[in-house]
Amino acid sequence: MRILERFSGSVASTTAALELPAPANLSRRAFLQGVGGLAVGVCIGPALSACKPASAPSGGGSATAATVFEPNAFVRITPDNRVIIVAKHLEMGQGTYTGLATLAAEELDADWDQVSVEGAPADAKRYGNAQTGGSQGTGGSNAMASSHEQMRRAGAAARAMLVSAAAQEWKVPVGSLTVSKGVVSHAESGRKATFGELAEAAGKQAVPETLVLKDPKDFKLIGQQKLGRKDSSGKTDGSAMFTQDMKLPDMLVAVVAYAPSFGGKLKSVDAAKARAITGVVDVVQFDGGTGYRGGVAVLAKNTWVARQGRDALVTEWDDSAALKLGSTELMAQYRTLLDKPGAVAKHEGDAVAVLAKAGKVVQAEYEFPHLAHAAMEPMNCLVQIRDQDCEIWNGEQFQTVDQANVAKLLGLKPEQVTIHQLYAGGSFGRRANPKSDYVLEAVSLAKAARAQGHKVPVKLVWMREDDMRAGYFRPMFLHRVRAALDKDGGILAWEQRVIGESIIKGTPFEPFMIKDGVDHTSVEGCFEHYAAANVHIDLHSPETGVPVQWWRSVGHTHTAFAKESMIDELAAQAGVDPFEFRRKAMADHPRHRAVLELAAEKAGWGTPLKPGEGKARRGRGIAVQESFSSIVAEVVEVTITDGKLRVDRVVCAVDCGLAINPDVVRAQMEGGIGFALSAALHNAITLDKGAVQETNFHTYTPLRINEMPVIEVHIVASPEPPTGVGEPGVPPLAPALANAIYAATGQRIRKLPLVKQLKA
Amino acid sequence: MLKLNVNGKETVFEGDPSMPLLWFLRDEAGLTGSKFGCGMALCGACTVHLDGQPTRACVTPVAAAQGRAITTIEAVHTDPVGKNVQAAWRKLDVVQCGYCQSGQIMAATALLKSNPAPSDADIDAAMSGNVCRCATYQRIRAAIHDAAQSAPKA
Repeated sequence: MRILERFSGSVASTTAALELPAPANLSRRAFLQGVGGLAVGVCIGPALSACKPASAPSGGGSATAATVFEPNAFVRITPDNRVIIVAKHLEMGQGTYTGLATLAAEELDADWDQVSVEGAPADAKRYGNAQTGGSQGTGGSNAMASSHEQMRRAGAAARAMLVSAAAQEWKVPVGSLTVSKGVVSHAESGRKATFGELAEAAGKQAVPETLVLKDPKDFKLIGQQKLGRKDSSGKTDGSAMFTQDMKLPDMLVAVVAYAPSFGGKLKSVDAAKARAITGVVDVVQFDGGTGYRGGVAVLAKNTWVARQGRDALVTEWDDSAALKLGSTELMAQYRTLLDKPGAVAKHEGDAVAVLAKAGKVVQAEYEFPHLAHAAMEPMNCLVQIRDQDCEIWNGEQFQTVDQANVAKLLGLKPEQVTIHQLYAGGSFGRRANPKSDYVLEAVSLAKAARAQGHKVPVKLVWMREDDMRAGYFRPMFLHRVRAALDKDGGILAWEQRVIGESIIKGTPFEPFMIKDGVDHTSVEGCFEHYAAANVHIDLHSPETGVPVQWWRSVGHTHTAFAKESMIDELAAQAGVDPFEFRRKAMADHPRHRAVLELAAEKAGWGTPLKPGEGKARRGRGIAVQESFSSIVAEVVEVTITDGKLRVDRVVCAVDCGLAINPDVVRAQMEGGIGFALSAALHNAITLDKGAVQETNFHTYTPLRINEMPVIEVHIVASPEPPTGVGEPGVPPLAPALANAIYAATGQRIRKLPLVKQLKA
Repeated sequence: MLKLNVNGKETVFEGDPSMPLLWFLRDEAGLTGSKFGCGMALCGACTVHLDGQPTRACVTPVAAAQGRAITTIEAVHTDPVGKNVQAAWRKLDVVQCGYCQSGQIMAATALLKSNPAPSDADIDAAMSGNVCRCATYQRIRAAIHDAAQSAPKA
């Protein structure tokens, strides 16, 4: 038996000493001009700029390198006529690969069928996100917003060089050439050449100094209703590669025993039974650190053997420093803050004084549980540590943060950490962990294994139960809203207290995202786009010891529910139709009002629902929320029979600016609605004595096909720049659903998940 | 030693006969299209066919597959119904993250082979064991109907 004297497996709460690149000094416009292939050349500079990889198309390189045309960081054209688009964003289901390829292929005039997509490696100089200060990562639904001009310029630059090559070879003016579906043509002579045929010559052309992008009326791919996702094929024949699927020569798989409670530490482990299992290669104890868990890992060639070994470990844990509380106690602690003023997030007029004198104050509290992301692919990460570098394979959502954190742990420079991109089997925010939790866990484990002589690649695999209990949940929240109407039925005053743990405190984002004690992500979307003269919103951010993190649509997951539920209560108080009440109260926001009206019109708002059979009661609810610069309104129809709820139909309207891929927009609204419905109906992570009670999909029950409503999505035609769609479909669903239940039954549900609250 | 027939090919396995079939396929046979999602037959991401029957490979001992035809997503196209289902999935762009879709396609193929024209209720019954956290369910339903309608008439 091996006794471990000291073991650091706690999730520490100290601030990570990681510094992100400061927000860009360059203005957004300057950045976009910079990446256009001009002197600044941040990302799409001339072929031999500093950010160029080894292959050098403009002469000098190897024969292979010389024939692949690689005008910038985002476009590669091969002699066999393939156009490869390099995606700086993770594809986790939201359709970014397709979106990024659409933008570049549009300006390139490529044939859609010749286009494929590869994930970019970690390299912020080439693949940084302009909307997050140049740090490389995917989040905030900003991939299209950050890339639409950049990717179009990348395509346009490549096209210009291909045309220039053809003009030179054929000795004709550039202006006499046309490009269509990957073929450059000279009408007069009838000459044609494919991109592949021109690739080598194009690599010898100068990068154009000026680029003219297409007039939107000439778009052939952008806005096309049905273009075809670039990841459909590989994801329907089993060939798409996820981290879970990676296998390298001599690779070992690790499955880990963890403390049952947050902050628990290993007291002792007896690994004799594990070591006795055929195929178990070794047992490795490894340290946790700031934001990541340690544990005891069992290594094997085969995942099942590693799991059997893990399950055979006999461990004792020291929970003296561990979280001891349960969800009930944590919510009770939140409640003690309800009457104490918090950090002020918004203050206009004097809501408190006005409400003190108001005749009728409508007051409500809204409760939200911890939520797990529960992506289909449990978290995992493959690591190869060598003497002077480290290689990582991951569905990588946070390259710059992870690269810096890994480098720090290993005493390397960030550029010595290579990160290879793979598909992610869902994320919903989980793979963008500001403390790099599962990545650092994998690295710490691989480091400890190496110290025991295993200088091989190590793949950390979480079982579903490990994933469910790892924390980094959407925090619990409690809101109290008090509001009153003016004599004309408008909103006189709105006072809101928000209580919930900060997801930003202790992360590298704290300097940018917490101002005057207010974590913006805790209050985003609280009370916006409605008119009221007196508004007061304040915030408490208690620290509980439960690791928390953003979860698809972040603060809007709870703020939209509180806002749109209270708006409905105010409409009822005013005796006004909930749609008409909203419409009037957002008169100053025509874009929001248009989305609301479109959803209502398409849903047949105002026309009676077809009555249910027997005792069935039916109702319709509406909600609207702007999140991540996109506006979404949803109308939900429900049927309730003997306390049993059926969500029949959801009609969704979305304004996301220019819809680059309308079918991807529809898919994201459909999926966002289903994801939100799962949480609204069923999902909660509950703690008891510091331990997560849910383990797998029988206790944390995801939405299944038999509960999926019919969803209709309507996209507002808009010439505005594109905004996000990955998250904005989520927020309006839960309040629209609760409002529909009220319409059907008169019961107001103010606590999620709501199925447990529903009266018979 | 177990003798196994995987996608029409005979192979042998000399390890633990109680190991779930999923880990034989993924870690030993190199067929990673069948996914690990829960390990408890709760999500369906590991669905394969044993003699045409949809089976959760994560809880099926590899020994139980001996003497039966194991078909995985990598070979479902060799079945005309499976090929049709894959085509419908692509036509309607069902996938998002894609991690569950191998299992969805295997379950849908098995459904259509036993019921060539399923109703929505039939689809709910056959497919509710397959979780999709991206909630692509509306398109899964539509793709099954599409595959049913475009099936070559017998």
